[in-house]
Amino acid sequence: MVWLQAKGLRKSFGTNVVLDGIDLSIDRGEMVCLIGASGSGKSTLLRCLNLLEPLDDGEIRLDSVDIAEPGLDPAPVRRRIGMVFQSYNLFPHMTAAENVLLAPRRVKRMTRETLLPEVTELFRRFGLEDRMDHYPDQLSGGQQQRVAIVRALAMKPEMMLFDEITSALDPELVGEVLDVLRQLRAEGMTMVLATHEMGFARELADKICFLDRGRILEEAPPEVLFSAPKEERTRAFLSRVL
Amino acid sequence: MTFRNEGRGPALTRRQAYEARLRRRSNTIAALSTLAVVVAIVLLVPLAPRWEAVKKSFFNWDVFARTFPGLLEAFLLDVAIFAWSAPLIFGLGLVIALMRDVRSPALYPLRLFGIVYTDVFRGVPVILVIYLVGFGIPGLGLPRPWNSPYIWGTVALVLTYAAYVAEVFRTGIESIHQSQRAAASSLGLSEGDTMRYVILPQAIRRVVPANMNLFIALQKDVALLSFIGPVEIFRQAGVYKSLLANFTPYVGAALIFLAITIPATRYADYLLARQMKARN
Repeated sequence: MVWLQAKGLRKSFGTNVVLDGIDLSIDRGEMVCLIGASGSGKSTLLRCLNLLEPLDDGEIRLDSVDIAEPGLDPAPVRRRIGMVFQSYNLFPHMTAAENVLLAPRRVKRMTRETLLPEVTELFRRFGLEDRMDHYPDQLSGGQQQRVAIVRALAMKPEMMLFDEITSALDPELVGEVLDVLRQLRAEGMTMVLATHEMGFARELADKICFLDRGRILEEAPPEVLFSAPKEERTRAFLSRVL
Repeated sequence: MTFRNEGRGPALTRRQAYEARLRRRSNTIAALSTLAVVVAIVLLVPLAPRWEAVKKSFFNWDVFARTFPGLLEAFLLDVAIFAWSAPLIFGLGLVIALMRDVRSPALYPLRLFGIVYTDVFRGVPVILVIYLVGFGIPGLGLPRPWNSPYIWGTVALVLTYAAYVAEVFRTGIESIHQSQRAAASSLGLSEGDTMRYVILPQAIRRVVPANMNLFIALQKDVALLSFIGPVEIFRQAGVYKSLLANFTPYVGAALIFLAITIPATRYADYLLARQMKARN
């Protein structure tokens, strides 16, 4: 069942064409991995999907409503789509718990008291229950990134976008963050990842999209794309990173 | 290899011993050259032809002892004016800074006002604003207490300093990385909530040292209100000067200001240094 359907997405920064006609469909519960060299448009595509960047052209249908309509209020869409960034982007002046509570309190107007049990449960699920009152600079990179994931989940999004969330981590901390993604995958969360973790993408993704110069050059299930890529450029990229 | 250290704690490494030697040497040189300068001043200044006269009229101990308590008392008024001006400046500065940040076209007049405001009040000397507001507005013939120089002097200080504080806040707001806004937007927070809960708390903290410097300058500029009436420390010193035909009270007033501003400046420097360290 197609949940999100993007057609002909275009985005330029000045004369630099970053997205050059992207078509992408995502089913409910599906996990899609975007791979490709840096500058190929992975991050921009994610940022456009939750309207952090306005598109130049194209449409994004979410439950058959075009959310890319210029002038549409982006806030309700963003509430439905969670996003996690490469550099965590936690709010440094708030504790982990406050980071997570802020949006549900302000956007959904829920009280701290009603939220606290379920937020505590979220922290517990990801092994962070003893870190709730820590400030971001008192946490390791892996813990910060997990708090960032909890923060996005607390809004109960229908889909999560992950923008190279392990790229800024020390190698020994990557595993704990990937474990969180495995857990979400098992719970059936719809996810789109821009990633350099090829092994992880191969293990869990339903679909891999290889981006090249702002286009999806090749799109296939991981077992197909990794072992028998059709395009020469895909092969070249994979031979560099595998 | 380590050097023996005559039983004073653990032995020093070669590097530490070398650095300790270097430190002793530069401390000695600094002490000697400072001593030379002080001695030169102490010996040479009294040789000036009218030193005795200057000493009597500026550094007269009897006058100092007689006037100092009165000066201290007058200084309380400076402190009071500072104390009620500072929060008003903080508030107005913040409002002006936010005005300059509005994007909505309907609110463009606010933005324009913010720009004109900061241009005008940063461009006019404080003393001119104090004269214009302090004499001009009571000149409209307002009834008591609305013609008080305390009110309009305060207004003049608040107007001027809010312009500087607004610029400092704006710098702080702009220094918060774009990714913080992106994170807040991605959670569905409105622009207003993003500013209030995410950007401003960080921005205000970041510009504390810069604002401290402005408030130290304000503490001194309170003395300018003496020109429109209030008998604060500078004017009180002037009264004593006329009474005793001696300038020592001004020196006393200067010492009182220094007693406040030097520790405050050091504290601001300390905050700034700590912040630099935290960011690296």
